[in-house]
Amino acid sequence: MSSAAAPVFRIRPERGWVALRLREVWEYRELLYFLVWRDVKVRYKQTVLGAAWALLQPLATMLVFTLFFGRLARVPSDGIPYPLFSFTALVPWMFFANALGQSSNSLVGSANLLRKVYFPRLVIPVAAALGGLVDLAVSSTVLAGMLLVYRVELTARVAWVAPLVALALVVSLGAGLWLSALSVQYRDVRYVAPFLTQFWMFATPVVYSSSRLGEPWRTVYGLNPMAGVVEGFRWALLGTGVAPGPMVAVSVAAALVLLATGAYYFRRMEKTFADLV
Amino acid sequence: MSEIAIRTEGLGKLYTLGRSRANKYRTLGETLSEAAGWLRRRNGSHARETIWAIQDVSFEIGRGEVVGVIGRNGAGKTTLLKILSRITEPSAGEAEIRGRVGSLLEVGTGFHPDLTGRENVYLNGAILGMKRVEIERRFDQIVAFAEVEKFLDTAVKHYSSGMYLRLAFAVAAHLDPEILLVDEVLAVGDAVFQKKCLGKMGEVAGEGRTVLFVSHNMTAVRGLCGRVIRMEGGHITADSTDVDAVVSEYLTAGMEACACREWPDVETAPGNDRIRIRRARLEPATITVSTPFQIEVEYWIRKPGTRVGLSLFVHNQEGVCIFNSTTAREPCWHGKPHPEGLFRSVCRVPGNLLNAGSYTVFVKFYQGGAKGVLYQHTDLLLFEVQDIVEDRGEWFGRWPGAVRPDLRWTTAAVTEWN
Repeated sequence: MSSAAAPVFRIRPERGWVALRLREVWEYRELLYFLVWRDVKVRYKQTVLGAAWALLQPLATMLVFTLFFGRLARVPSDGIPYPLFSFTALVPWMFFANALGQSSNSLVGSANLLRKVYFPRLVIPVAAALGGLVDLAVSSTVLAGMLLVYRVELTARVAWVAPLVALALVVSLGAGLWLSALSVQYRDVRYVAPFLTQFWMFATPVVYSSSRLGEPWRTVYGLNPMAGVVEGFRWALLGTGVAPGPMVAVSVAAALVLLATGAYYFRRMEKTFADLV
Repeated sequence: MSEIAIRTEGLGKLYTLGRSRANKYRTLGETLSEAAGWLRRRNGSHARETIWAIQDVSFEIGRGEVVGVIGRNGAGKTTLLKILSRITEPSAGEAEIRGRVGSLLEVGTGFHPDLTGRENVYLNGAILGMKRVEIERRFDQIVAFAEVEKFLDTAVKHYSSGMYLRLAFAVAAHLDPEILLVDEVLAVGDAVFQKKCLGKMGEVAGEGRTVLFVSHNMTAVRGLCGRVIRMEGGHITADSTDVDAVVSEYLTAGMEACACREWPDVETAPGNDRIRIRRARLEPATITVSTPFQIEVEYWIRKPGTRVGLSLFVHNQEGVCIFNSTTAREPCWHGKPHPEGLFRSVCRVPGNLLNAGSYTVFVKFYQGGAKGVLYQHTDLLLFEVQDIVEDRGEWFGRWPGAVRPDLRWTTAAVTEWN
């Protein structure tokens, strides 16, 4: 009899703003791990090219961008060869776009789990977003190859890549929490999310550079947190112009606000998920 | 009741109709137009239709109690389990649960068809709240229980439905919670599978764990549970340790109307100008597989001199005719001209003949001289034969077979080695 140590759960209607209960999410970290593992394992099953898709998507996009924006429109690229210029931005961008897409659809896609089993619901969109890291690893190897081919000399700034990836993850998760919680009630999200991602890309310096913006506008641009990520990537890997420090700082702040509000909205809506999904 | 494992007080769950049921999700457009409507008629009656799936549910369950929850579909049993397993939040009241909860509303939740059996065991275990080390420790037991050793590395989409279910149940069966909440998960699969599941349930119940068991399998409830809670329309209508009494009452509720039918007015009674049925009934009204009973039919003969024979058919739920019996060897009236008046024919059915289940009675009145059918009435009676728990050992599932004779056995040694 372990009754002394038995946990006591109180089940009652929750009202108003609720606690995030992150500790409980931590207790369910193994489930998180298994869900990420499942997503990764299943993603390219029964596809002919398998994980090569993780390479082909950014590569093909880079080729199209190079042709249209680089050659035809002659978009200035800070003196960097356009393929390298766009690919360096596409790697974090594609990671972000995939993670956002996966996490915003994750709740509706897991309807059966929501209706039949209890666990902290936050686990689902978080697992969906984390799954994108594997694709990121694959596309990063191509980026590394391109850096070699173009004989780019790396500096200690490379170390900034990891925190920038974390920043991209925070942004995708923040937006993903909002969209996934909304999608339980409003299926419109399924159609809105791809649009939103597309607009967001053109609002982010992926095909062009933000270096022509003067201060303070460049820093203000950081309010789009993905702008900070993309410019940070270019600066860390390609050594372009001025350090985007203030811009990235603004992006970090914006990303944290997005994540915190997303998490609270998610938790607030969580109690309705099983009934509505 | 030494220590309380589950306590609920005034638990209620309110659903909004039209949104939570038929049209569960809504589009942004609907919300916008609703908002516009709300602005227009601020004080208008904007009440959506709501329904209490359960209301004012209070009970206490002691540690180690095995409690069955019974009731018809829509009585609120599943909603109650969903609240207790924290899947959905109550709208009123509160519940307190002491101990690690394992809930099983469905077997195989989260199984992914593209993953192998081995992978799904880990995934499903994690979803049900098992730790990785626990799954590893029990992995061999799970696989042995499911009998899928050879197919562990095959994607489960290639499994037969039986293998799939066995594996899914095996994972769930090896959960190790202090409190187990089980919904009607044992209703699936074939007899062998059900036998296995119920055996395991019996084992779990015997280990001193607290179990809340929702089921339509009354035999299982009788065999496994020491207490039963009956729900009707979202309320608890019975809560007793006299399981047999509550179960019998539940089974016969609404059933008596069909086990005895009467038409007091001869002009409107079913029949024609030669014969009309006055009454049909089962005596006694509630029976088990072992009780002898009789089927009585009373009828008016309206035309003197009619030669009447009765033919009675009993069909089971599957529509299979279990037997047909006629008055052919009835000594007094069969085939003889009847005077005008009221007659009663009684057919005596021995015990240990019908299997548990529900049956319908079909009656044919025919002319003694093989001139054909005078009148026939389908579904004249509907009755239920209840199962008995005695002599079943560990097995609470459906007893196979259309009939359930109590047969004698003998075993003798023919030759003995050594």
